[in-house]
Amino acid sequence: MNKFKSILSAIGNWFKKVGIAIGRWCKSLFVSVDGEQPKLKTLYEQERTKSILSSLISIAGGMLVGLIIMLIVGIATGNIEDLFKGFVVLIFGPFFTGSSIQLSIGFNASSIGSMLFRTTPILLTGLSVALAFKTGLFNIGAPGQFLMGTMGSLLVAHSIPTTSGGAFWVWLLALLVGIILGAIWGAIPGLFKALLNINEVIVCIMTNWIAASVVAWVFDANGHLKNVGEGKSGYILPTRVNGVSNPRLGMDVLFKGSWADGGIIIAIVIAIVVYIVLNKTVFGYELRATGSNRNAARYAGMKDKRNIVLSMAIAGGLAACGASLFYLNGNTEFYWATSTSLPSEGFNGIPVALLASNNPIGVIFSAAFMSYLVISGSNLAGVTSYNEHIASLIVAVIIYFAGFSKLIRELLNNSKVKKVTIPTIPQEETSETQPTNVAEDVNSTKEA
Amino acid sequence: MAFLIQKTLLYAIPLLIVALAGVFAERSGIINIALDGIMIFGSFVGAIAVYGMQYIFPRSLGQLVYLIGMAVAALSGAVYSLLLSYSAVKLKADQTIGGTALNMLAPAFVLFLNKILFNQNRLEMPNGSTTSWFMIHNNTGIGIVDGFFDKVYISTYIIIALFAVLSVILYKTKFGLRLRACGEHPQAADSLGINVYKMRYAGTTISGALAGLGGYVYVATTSAGSVEGTVAGMGFLALAIMIFGNWKPGGIVLGSLLFGLLKCISASYSTLDINGDGIYWLKEIGVSRYLYQLLPYLITLVVLALTCKKSRAPKAEGIPYDKGLR
Repeated sequence: MNKFKSILSAIGNWFKKVGIAIGRWCKSLFVSVDGEQPKLKTLYEQERTKSILSSLISIAGGMLVGLIIMLIVGIATGNIEDLFKGFVVLIFGPFFTGSSIQLSIGFNASSIGSMLFRTTPILLTGLSVALAFKTGLFNIGAPGQFLMGTMGSLLVAHSIPTTSGGAFWVWLLALLVGIILGAIWGAIPGLFKALLNINEVIVCIMTNWIAASVVAWVFDANGHLKNVGEGKSGYILPTRVNGVSNPRLGMDVLFKGSWADGGIIIAIVIAIVVYIVLNKTVFGYELRATGSNRNAARYAGMKDKRNIVLSMAIAGGLAACGASLFYLNGNTEFYWATSTSLPSEGFNGIPVALLASNNPIGVIFSAAFMSYLVISGSNLAGVTSYNEHIASLIVAVIIYFAGFSKLIRELLNNSKVKKVTIPTIPQEETSETQPTNVAEDVNSTKEA
Repeated sequence: MAFLIQKTLLYAIPLLIVALAGVFAERSGIINIALDGIMIFGSFVGAIAVYGMQYIFPRSLGQLVYLIGMAVAALSGAVYSLLLSYSAVKLKADQTIGGTALNMLAPAFVLFLNKILFNQNRLEMPNGSTTSWFMIHNNTGIGIVDGFFDKVYISTYIIIALFAVLSVILYKTKFGLRLRACGEHPQAADSLGINVYKMRYAGTTISGALAGLGGYVYVATTSAGSVEGTVAGMGFLALAIMIFGNWKPGGIVLGSLLFGLLKCISASYSTLDINGDGIYWLKEIGVSRYLYQLLPYLITLVVLALTCKKSRAPKAEGIPYDKGLR
């Protein structure tokens, strides 16, 4: 009995200790303990927290504008019922399980799966833009690199027969060829920048449209790849026709009824690798150093020209990898008859990168958020009188706000500075007027 | 011959004015990558105006409807560009990012409203076709004369006149000199009492108005009045022409005529009978139309590579002006 009691009290004491520790930790979040400043404040003062906060502010701003537009449209069309429904659908995105009659929220395997499926390409194009930004370049050429990747992968995946096995190797080859084509395409603006010092934005825009024509040209010439069934025109056959598709890695079981595949896992691994290479290796340091000051990097003995070309080539490869993983899903059909428009996945890399403040790990989350919004949009179109374009509208507003991220961060910094400096103003010195008197004296002596 | 000139002008005229729009923004020091978005926005608002007016005015007043549409489009383009100049001038945000945002916002906005207002992705400017409403016919039978005066739109002449006037303003007036100074050396301009912020606002707003107008003209004439949230990359092509033309009106005229010709060939190379002898030799050469489509961009790249030493981009473009750094 005594033993039992002592065990009980020991457990009780332990709980007490843990409770006190937790309590102290919680207290230390808000109040300074042991001479250290509150932990939340330390966290807040970190640059990383600030950039996350500024991204969240941009997102909130974009969502707010979207909701206001919905409000205006809802009131103008007198459809108040849809207005509320629209808000719910927009905010819960893939977690919406209801229909146009009934609202309900829960785990929607197929919606979440298709969100992940759509995350893959924009994660990689976002990574591409982010890496270029980190190395001081604006890769607006992601759409062109995306197209080249699509072309390379689809051509390889369709042209090697897999009836006698080896589908995995064809898949791998298709992926690699796509990446290499994209890397070459990305290297072009890099070469122009490095050798001729021509702004990469301009060259990227030109190469985008050249890619659009080249890809349409190549697919137009390859008639046997076109999907002509069921009155379709302008589409390329899905790669499953040849038995080539991304490894599923269990995603198809987890998210039944969607096209989710192992591509998302590959993409996340690539994001982590890019993070490590950029931040933890000499090579990554060289790339970033060249980006922040080309001349200083050269002075320090780095090969600035090589680094610029390499960063653009890697960026191109990443964007193309996104395309390859998207179109090697096995079910996706590429709309080739498009020499006058560019793939939105390429352009969406820009908001993804900006929202993540160009942090490769952050890109994973911002890409997921973007495709969350896309699912919201398509649900909106299905369930309410609103349409899917509200999602791209919100994204555009978010980038517009993300352009101010520097300003928002400055504002956050300023509010901190005020809080710190107010208590440290010395109050006992009342003879503050002396220095000004001296100054006046100097002035008067000058005049004299 | 007449057909070739008509078609070339059809593409060249919007390119001409939008490329000049780019010049006005960049010469004042603001990179206007948003030309495409502003074109889309302007064309949409102008089209809505025309759509509404077709029920008020009879078809005989088509030219008036067209002119009002032009004015509305220019105005809306100017207003839309304020989003760019506000972020770039006042908030000193990155101009390429702001421009990209505007480029993405415009098609989303247009498609969203098209769906809400008309329950479809495509809006037809007037019911029927733009040609029956707005096209001017003066068939004389002389090839070259017909090329310029038959099957044309009034906007062609207005834009040519506008282009001339604005080029003179840019080079021969005090305002133009000041505007260009702000793009070259804003610190020096400021030290002489020029308000750099105001000049940059002015440059971008003029640019927005011209791009909006260009977008409207493109949609009304070249793409026969259908608005579906795209101008097929014409804004980016205009950007290319601006660079091709070395940020100067003369070069822009040359560039837009050349690129207009290439666009015309790529659009209708198989039915193009240049000297009227019944032989479609462009078709007989057998070069793919995709080649003509990508040629303008390829030529721009080559020209850029060859003239990069002589290329005179405004020195201070893209750099937010900060008074504190003077």
